[in-house]
Amino acid sequence: MDQTITKPRSFQEIILRLQTYWAEKGCAVMQPYDMEVGAGTFHPATTLRSLGSRPWAAAYVQPSRRPTDGRYGENPNRLQHYYQYQVLIKPSPPDLQELYLGSLRAIGIDMSLHDIRFVEDDWESPTLGAWGLGWEVWCDGMEVSQFTYFQQVGGHDCHPVSGELTYGLERLAMYVLGVDHVMDMPYNDPDAPIALSYGDVFRQTEQEYSRWNFDVADTDVLLRHFEEAEAECARILNHAEDDPKTGKRIVMAHPAYDQCIKASHIFNLLDARGVISVTERQSYIGRVRALAKRCADAFVLTEAGGYAA
Amino acid sequence: MPDLLIELFSEEIPARMQAKAADDLKSRVTNGLVEAGLTYAGAAAYSTPRRLALRVDGLTERSPDIKEERKGPRVDAPEKAVEGFLRGAGVSRDDLIERDEKKGRVFFAVIEKPGRPAAEIVAEVLEDTILNFPWPKSMRWGAGSLRWVRPLHRIICLLSREDGSEVVPLDVDGIASGRTTEGHRFMAPGAFDVTGFDDYEAKLKRAHVVLDAQERAEAIWQDATNQAFASGLEVVEDKGLLAEVAGLVEWPVVLMGEIGAEFLDLPPEVLQTSMKEHQKFFSVKNPKTGRIERFVTVANRETADHGATILAGNQKVLSARLADAKFFWENDLRVAKKEKMAPWLDSLGSVTFHNKLGSQRDRIDRIAALARELAPVVGADANLAEQAAQVAKADLASEMVYEFPELQGLMGRYYSAAAGLPAEVAAACEEHYSPLGPSDDVPSASVSVVVALADKIDTLTGFWAIDEKPTGSKDPFALRRAALGVIRLVLENSLAISLDRFMDAQLVRHKARMIDEVTDSDVEDLIDAIAEYGVFGAAYRTLKEKRGGDATAGLDAMKEALPDKSVDLLAFFHDRLKNYLRDEGVRHDVIDACLGMPGNDDLALLVARARALQDVLSTEDGENLVQGFKRANNILTQAEDKDGVEYSFGADPKFAEDPTETALFDALAQAEAKIAPAMKAQDFSAAMAAMADLRGPVDAFFEAVQVNAESEVLRRNRLNLLNTIRQTCLQVADLTRIEG
Repeated sequence: MDQTITKPRSFQEIILRLQTYWAEKGCAVMQPYDMEVGAGTFHPATTLRSLGSRPWAAAYVQPSRRPTDGRYGENPNRLQHYYQYQVLIKPSPPDLQELYLGSLRAIGIDMSLHDIRFVEDDWESPTLGAWGLGWEVWCDGMEVSQFTYFQQVGGHDCHPVSGELTYGLERLAMYVLGVDHVMDMPYNDPDAPIALSYGDVFRQTEQEYSRWNFDVADTDVLLRHFEEAEAECARILNHAEDDPKTGKRIVMAHPAYDQCIKASHIFNLLDARGVISVTERQSYIGRVRALAKRCADAFVLTEAGGYAA
Repeated sequence: MPDLLIELFSEEIPARMQAKAADDLKSRVTNGLVEAGLTYAGAAAYSTPRRLALRVDGLTERSPDIKEERKGPRVDAPEKAVEGFLRGAGVSRDDLIERDEKKGRVFFAVIEKPGRPAAEIVAEVLEDTILNFPWPKSMRWGAGSLRWVRPLHRIICLLSREDGSEVVPLDVDGIASGRTTEGHRFMAPGAFDVTGFDDYEAKLKRAHVVLDAQERAEAIWQDATNQAFASGLEVVEDKGLLAEVAGLVEWPVVLMGEIGAEFLDLPPEVLQTSMKEHQKFFSVKNPKTGRIERFVTVANRETADHGATILAGNQKVLSARLADAKFFWENDLRVAKKEKMAPWLDSLGSVTFHNKLGSQRDRIDRIAALARELAPVVGADANLAEQAAQVAKADLASEMVYEFPELQGLMGRYYSAAAGLPAEVAAACEEHYSPLGPSDDVPSASVSVVVALADKIDTLTGFWAIDEKPTGSKDPFALRRAALGVIRLVLENSLAISLDRFMDAQLVRHKARMIDEVTDSDVEDLIDAIAEYGVFGAAYRTLKEKRGGDATAGLDAMKEALPDKSVDLLAFFHDRLKNYLRDEGVRHDVIDACLGMPGNDDLALLVARARALQDVLSTEDGENLVQGFKRANNILTQAEDKDGVEYSFGADPKFAEDPTETALFDALAQAEAKIAPAMKAQDFSAAMAAMADLRGPVDAFFEAVQVNAESEVLRRNRLNLLNTIRQTCLQVADLTRIEG
């Protein structure tokens, strides 16, 4: 069966195949969240939807930003902006490992020639107040995905438990396509009339953002934005559940969570600018976690969070 | 007699947890079976990444019937009382018998507990084991509530006899027991049934699963060494890594690969650490050059291309990792060569060691100052020792140590050599952390010894200064290990060091940072005076006198802050020393007899005394002398208590009546003539031999003479003579502490 699967030829083909595969397996294929986040986990389709009792299945690409990882487009596999592919299924199905391995087959990894291993790797996000147990998945010694059973998010025990899969798309695609430098990777079909490499699309932006992240971003403005986002999150959640205009019960968990995401990203930028000391670091992380926790508290009081009036 | 087979089949169990989990499965199940009244002939547990298995052979078919009697009320008791008794015992009137007792005829309930079939007991015990399994970390999954290390999928619970096998029915959170399992995830997908352990093990092997972790480890090691040998190379042994790798595969396939030529010049330890930590590769070295040239990886499957794709992938990942290591190494070497590591030392000023004990830089300066003082005592060059202490921790700020903390010290050695520092200094960078454990080698190069001692004494005094002493099993700063390190450094290098002086000096340095009133000149003067007088107390008094009433606020604050810290710390050393010597076969009462003697902060002296005492106690004379000493001491103590005086006048031979008394006077004089110079020369063996010579005269004296004579003059003289025995013996050790 493996022989019938052809090798993908480009970065985008790998993404398309993952989308098709998980759509066939019944996931809602969602779009990236329209805010800057550090990882696919921050998308409310994962963070918030892993809470509460209602079943959920979603898959999506999430552009992710890690300002400290910027290398001006020169490092073969480090980027300040990259893509994660994220799958979240609640409750985790008993054959999740098999489903996952099927997705590797779908992108052209021949299981009869490669050595796939599940190696212990427990996941923890101090900023989200979340942790889970699982593995990093190795293919011939290279980490190609994270596989996690969420146990707690925003300080809430997960009941039922969600299974989360995270693929680092550039690294995985470089491996499947046999490319050594991310910028050399074909972005679209290499035989297309206008063939574009990853470098054609992103080299310049990597340079621009690396410079801005490390040396130019206005730290005073960022610090102010952090505090504003923090204050706004709290202000939103302090509103009464009942909306006086519509007369309906509307808990504003998502707008508040947007502010939490914002604070988290600003913290990452401040970190890249080198203005946060080791001791302050812990305190900032704690402040973001406090926001995530309050948003989680609010979400479980909404319908999607399993609240029944 | 049926055999029991249990398998708990799950998603991948972390390698580090497998061995203990197999042991726990065995002990919990077998203990449960035995508690319920079953017996068995033998049991063995197994683990692979996806399963725990247990075989219990020769299990009894049933637990034994138990018959017990319970005494009830008298037969003429009110009906209510009898009914109550029946209810409580859970029996009917027919089960009662009557028997005559002292107080009359009494009812007895006969309660029969019939034995239970093995299957029933096994089901209960296994369910209880699964529900209460001691995983270090466990999780829930799906919508269930069961906790296991990773999702649990299947339970085999099978009792097999010669005529067939039966599934023991049980259901744990929706997982029903059966006889079905699965083989290798990729090489033999699909489920199959088994009938007993032999069938299970054989079918697993056909399905590409080696059940026994030990067998997997041996196969890996043998294949790896054979492949290396065929190329004239050898695998670097690493038992921990072998056990871990054996826990990552069900069907081990050993593959040997090349390391890119551009990485072969990295230090072998860097190659080895990077390969092991990131990729779980074994290192393969060329025995002629000692260089690491290849690696061994263990795959979990066979492939049509004989592992070529797998090996190529692993090689590529390794190259990326080693490119990082090479980048760190080259950057670090630049800092070492061009800037003599100065930027690292600067940056350690902003790295906190402990919030009450300052930065790493503060710590380094303190250690360097102490190293300077310790150097002459150890016989090292003071300048070299100070220089070594200054750079010994510089590598903590290097990129390589940031990436691989376990390479601390070793990288310091490479970088110091690259910076052109003397070889003794470079060696001290690596060796000053030693000894780390009881079996770790102790450095012997003098500069390394000095820095190692200074580092450990600084740590101990620091945490003593802020009252962060180890309590019970809690020792987060590994202070017991540090103290044992000092003990071994001193003893194995036969160093004569009075610890008090150095502990006090370092306590002053620590406290100086914490107390505002203490000025730099206070610290300087105090440390000079401690060097001169040996302890803080004497130094403080002398200094205070010298300064008159002026400028003593800092000294007083210091005095206030250091009550008995070094006494307490010395007691901690003595405690660790006792443990250490007990392992070396020295009796604890022998150590106690020596701990209270003068010079007990000189550990080598203390141990020499203890060993000499133990030697002499193992002779007949020595053993009997202790009895004689104790007898003398008891009589004397009683007399002193009774008379309210101390008989320390010095006995006079002219009052000696009995020839044994005269002989004892002579013997004591002779012993004293030998003991005093021997003690002065710290020749404890000679001193104790001379003491043991007293045995004959003392025994003869007690045989012939009554101490409490009627003549008061005679009595007093004899008591004073006993005191001479006491004084003579006590200068060698506190024999009152010897047991028996």
